[in-house]
Order: sequence, then structure tokens, then C-alpha cells
Amino acid sequence: MNPTIDYHAILPELILSGTLVVVLVVDVFLRPPRKWLAMPLSFAGVLAAFVATLTLIGADRTTFGGSYHVDPFAVLFKVFFLSVAMIVLFLSLRYFREGRYYQGEYYFLLLSSVLGCVMMPSSRDLLMLFISLELVSAPAFLIAAFRKNDPRSNEAGLKFFLIGVLSSAVMLYGMSLIYGVTGSTNLYEIGKALAGHLGGQETLALAAILFVVTGFAFKVSAFPFQFWAPDTYEGAPVPVTAFLASASKAAGFTGLLQLMFVAFIHQAAFWGPVFAAFSIFTMSIGNLVALQQRQAVRLLAYSSIAQAGYMLLPFALAGHGVDKEAFAAAVTYILIYAIMNLGAFAVVVAVSRKSSALLIADFAGLMRNAPLLALAMTIFMVSLAGVPPTAGFWGKFFVFRAGIDAGGIGIALAVVMVVNSVISLFYYLAIPRQMILVEGPEEPMRSPALVTFVAALAAAAVIAVFVYPDLIAHFPPLSTLVGS
Amino acid sequence: MIRLPLVLFFSAVLFSTGVYGVLARRNGVLVLMSIELMLNAVNVNLVAFSQYVRDIGGQVFALFVIAVAAAEVGIGLAIVILIFRNRESINVDEVSLLKW
Repeated sequence: MNPTIDYHAILPELILSGTLVVVLVVDVFLRPPRKWLAMPLSFAGVLAAFVATLTLIGADRTTFGGSYHVDPFAVLFKVFFLSVAMIVLFLSLRYFREGRYYQGEYYFLLLSSVLGCVMMPSSRDLLMLFISLELVSAPAFLIAAFRKNDPRSNEAGLKFFLIGVLSSAVMLYGMSLIYGVTGSTNLYEIGKALAGHLGGQETLALAAILFVVTGFAFKVSAFPFQFWAPDTYEGAPVPVTAFLASASKAAGFTGLLQLMFVAFIHQAAFWGPVFAAFSIFTMSIGNLVALQQRQAVRLLAYSSIAQAGYMLLPFALAGHGVDKEAFAAAVTYILIYAIMNLGAFAVVVAVSRKSSALLIADFAGLMRNAPLLALAMTIFMVSLAGVPPTAGFWGKFFVFRAGIDAGGIGIALAVVMVVNSVISLFYYLAIPRQMILVEGPEEPMRSPALVTFVAALAAAAVIAVFVYPDLIAHFPPLSTLVGS
Repeated sequence: MIRLPLVLFFSAVLFSTGVYGVLARRNGVLVLMSIELMLNAVNVNLVAFSQYVRDIGGQVFALFVIAVAAAEVGIGLAIVILIFRNRESINVDEVSLLKW
């Protein structure tokens, strides 16, 4: 048998793979002052892949023997990941050019990680999921440690690497057990097999699911597996942190969504409560520790842990008859979270040029020195807290509504989420307070045009989604994965 | 013919040894080796199940795991060497500048 490959379906991935090789080769021939040209080159490749993805809108294609699907869910996330990649490229240019890092290698590694992200939502096979996940994380270990002479960056890389590899090993062990129970690695086949009679292997199947969930919990930094995230985020170069906190985390969630809602949906009664516990503890611990932070990136790191708690909440609602709604709420929240978080990191990148310690106190007087950035940052913080008039409000609202509709434990979870949102206001508003009310040294801040552009764009998007939520809330094809 | 439960027991012991090594060892290189043990337990599992359910998929999976494990160790050693250059030590417990 000679399997045919649908080349149109994998065109974005092919373009990205080609680009990253070209970037690496071209870099060799560039003289040091021109090394930054790797960034426009990478950008062109990502843009081409973006256009190729747009041609796939509405498609429903399968290739590689059913292990690779390009459906509306996959295309939505591909478009999203490629947009994030473009934004991170914008944020990286000045940072890596002025720091005299290995720019060609950086863009090569960043694009490899993006390639993994783009493959993730199409992977409908345990093997594909594993390869995509490794492709997301392995280059990320290296770019987290990219400031080679800074021990803090080294530490970020080491911790990220050890936790990442450990979690893949745990996840793989679970995958091997699932393969043993069901005899297949295809997610749909696994779903069918687990729905049927397991002949005394139920316990093994449940243990396997627990292993896989634990592996993914590390990736999305859910409590009690969250301890690596703040250290890695603080030590890594800021544009890399922006990438890790948005694209890499979202990739983990897309993998988890497919596994849970396609392969393991019939065991929802078992893993639903596990996710409920994850969700409650993750958001509470993240918020409570964030209250005590003095450093801006660490604050955003704990905030992203808390946000992961909100994103885990819809998983706990599976099997309560609101699968579609919960799935859509999770997807919407992930997308909205990534926009506002990227925007916040854009402002942090701009401020990092003035002070590398990035204490919250360093934001003092930003309203006078750089009004546009300060205004954008205020919008992002308000949005992360989930207060209108921002997109974050709708994200929380959809999750909340799914929880109420599910009834039972869902109502309890929704209440915990609202209480946590109120707590989070205290630390989210600390940065705007510093920027607006506290007098800082008067020195006009010069921010790179691309970074300002990204911050303004993200702020505009956050407001636009609030005014017109249909932009993001009603992707009818979102739920094609879930048949409830 | 070795019976399946025996193989599974072996791989479980291998996996647990690896987990213990990751938690107890302080030397960066030994932690890497312990992670290799865990990945090899996965390979044993995959091949045994592949034989058991008469499906070649598991063996293909094991091949991929071997390749990825090699890549990961390459990255891991690079990071450990980087840390050794900067601190003259590869004790993972001493790498603790970042706290709370």
C-alpha cells in the first residue's frame, strides 16, 4: 500500500519547515551587523504559511492515514498560532538585535516551536500529538536559556527542560498503556474502544488517563505542577516568555482539548472531578501568590497560572450535557487570554529597555512618559481581571455561563471563579496604579515602533471583541469535534 | 514466549526507578539518565503491547520515542554544559537563584 499525502492540507507546515531551514542557511552567509535580516525572512515565511492556512478555511481534509485532520477547529488554531508567531517576531527584533544574541539560531528555534504549535490542533493520533508537543517544547527549552551568560536564564532553561522532559515521560507512559488497552493510537478509534466493553481493563484505562492528564498538567502549569512556570518566565528573555505564556500554553490546551473531548469523553465521569480540583487549586494558588509579587514578569507568570485555572474549568463540565458549550467556552477563553497576555508582554518588552529588573515600581510615571503604552497596559490588566469593557469579560462570561448551565458542581466552580476574579483585581490594578498615580522620573521613553504597534493592535482587539463579541464567540464549527 | 504481565511489571519497575532517580539524584547528568530510564520503560511497554494486540503501530511509536529521546538528551546536555561553564558545578539543587 502506498499512502497518498494531501499536500494542500499540510502546505502551511511545509512552508514553515522550508522557511526555518532557509533561515538557518542564510544566517551563515550574513555578516554580523546584518544578522537581524533573519527576522524579516522568518516573518515572510510565517506570512506565507498564514496565507496558505487561509486557503484551507472551511476544508475538512484527512491525511497520513487518518492521523492528521485539517478541520475548522484545526484551521482556527493554526491561524491563531501563526498570528501569535508574527507578533512574537515583532517583539523579538529589537531585543535580540541590541542584545547581540545568536539571531539566526533564535529565529530558527522559534519557528520550529511554531511549527509544533501549528501541527498540534491537527494531530488526531497519540504519536502525532507526542511529536507536536515535543516540537513545541524542545526548541523552547533552548530559547528560554538563550541569554547564555546570564545564570538566571540558564536556570530558566534547566528547570523548563527537566520539567518538560519529565512530563513527556509521564505522558508517554500513559499513552503506552492506552495503546495497550485499546490497541490503537488514533484518537477516534480510542474513543470508540473506550466507549465499549473493556473486559476488566477499566482500571488500567483510568490509570492511563490519569498519567496522560498529569503530563499535560505540567505543560499547562496546573497546580500542583506549576512551580517551574514563574522561574522559567522570569529567567527567559522577555519575548520568549511572551511566546511561552501564550502560544506554548495554548498548544498544550489544544492537545488536551482533543484528547479529552475526542478520545476520553466516555470516561468524563472519572476525569471531570480531577479537572474540577485542578481548576480550583490552580486559580486560587495562582491568584494568592500573585498578590505578593514585586516583579512584573513574575506577576504575569502567576497571573498566567491563575488564568490556566479558568481555562481548565470547562473541562470539569464535560459529561454534564453541556459538552459543546464547555468546549466552545474553553476555546474562546484560550484565544482571548492569548491576545491580552501578548499585549501585556509587549508593554513589558518596551519597559525592559529601560530597566532589566522589571520591578512593578519601574512602571512608575509611565502614563506621562509613554501615554500610549500605559493606556494599552491598563486595558490589558483590566481585561485579564475580566472587567468590562474588555474582551476578558466575555471570556469569563462564557465559562461562567457554561458552569451555571451544567448545574451541580458547575455552579460551585463558577462561584469560585467569580471570587477569584475579584481577588485578582487587587494585583492586576497594581500596575495601572503605579503607572498613573505614582510619580516617576521624568524621561520620555523611546519604545521600538513595532512593539508599540503590537501593543496598540492588541489593545484595539481587546476593545473590539468586547463591543462585538460575535467576532470570536460564535465560531459555529468550533464544536464539530464534540458530538453531544 | 514471555507472558505480558511479566513484561509490564518489568517496565513498571524501570519507570519507577527512573522517577526515583529524577527525584533523588542531584547530579544533572544522572537526572538525564533517569529520564532515559523512564522513556525506555515506555518503549518496553509499547513493544510488548504491539506484540500482544498484533499491531505494528506500537513499534513505530517506539522508534519515534527513541529518536525524540536522543534529541532531548542532546538539548539537555547542552543546557547542563552551559550551566557547568557558568558555575563549575552541575548540582541541580544549587541552581536556585529564582525564588518566589
